[in-house]
Amino acid sequence: MIALSDYLILAAIMFSISVAGIFLNRKNIIIILMSIELMLLSVNINFIAFSHFLGDLAGQVFVFFILTVAAAEAAIGLAILVVLFRNKRTIDVDELDTMKG
Amino acid sequence: MGFENIVFYVFAAIMLFSAVMVITVKNPVQASLFLVLTFFSCSVIWMLLEAEFLAITLVLVYVGAVMVLFLFVVMMLDINVARMRAAFIQYLPIGIAVLVTMVVMMFMVVGPEHFGLEQVAAPARQAADYNNTRELGLVLYTVYVYPFEIAAVILLVAIVAAIALTLRRRPKTKYQNPDLQIAVQRNDRIRMIKMKSEQPK
Repeated sequence: MIALSDYLILAAIMFSISVAGIFLNRKNIIIILMSIELMLLSVNINFIAFSHFLGDLAGQVFVFFILTVAAAEAAIGLAILVVLFRNKRTIDVDELDTMKG
Repeated sequence: MGFENIVFYVFAAIMLFSAVMVITVKNPVQASLFLVLTFFSCSVIWMLLEAEFLAITLVLVYVGAVMVLFLFVVMMLDINVARMRAAFIQYLPIGIAVLVTMVVMMFMVVGPEHFGLEQVAAPARQAADYNNTRELGLVLYTVYVYPFEIAAVILLVAIVAAIALTLRRRPKTKYQNPDLQIAVQRNDRIRMIKMKSEQPK
């Protein structure tokens, strides 16, 4: 049988990988957005695992809402990215210092 | 070791492998394709947890919509990959240090000694006629109907925001105005002139 801890550890490793991804690709906004999607996914694994093991459907309902917000976030994030690229011809984080005083 | 364990470990391994590939491959197109693989294997894990509706939703919404959006944007933008990768080696040690530290700390919190089978017993499998979608709908449309409406509003705001952000108005472009074209009268176009006939000399 698969224990609850197995799912939680899987989600923990996923979360750590995505945090490391933000560290490694800190110049590339697209990969940072993908890492954020991975983070939300690992949180969802936790929610569904607890929902299954505690026999409560509220966890799955919450995952439903997280998926909604994540889709909205991805759409707006990519729209901002497109506008950014159109105006500055780059998506390098280091060059986005227009608002620096 | 039962069939369930084999499925879990195989797909967990695929998921972790593709998650590592997402953050390490050079090409952003490959990264988003590996992200698709991650989501797909994750939906199998959710299937094991009897969350069938959400597993299918993950494939439909993420693999079908969000990842296509990512691929579309990645292919549309002309990215200088080499410059993006310049800091990769520089940040590799601290990235691995953060990874190992977080995994060890979370393992100490959620490890088998706190959430093992002895502490949280595995629930019995649902009967064959259990309908996850129906149960979820019964809760979603009664208890959680207000958050559900808010989620719909959030999606609407996202649509409006994404379109408003990327809509480009170009004042210099020449375009036809069908309204004016239809409303035009005969007198606007031609002018009758009375003149005597002339003969070229």
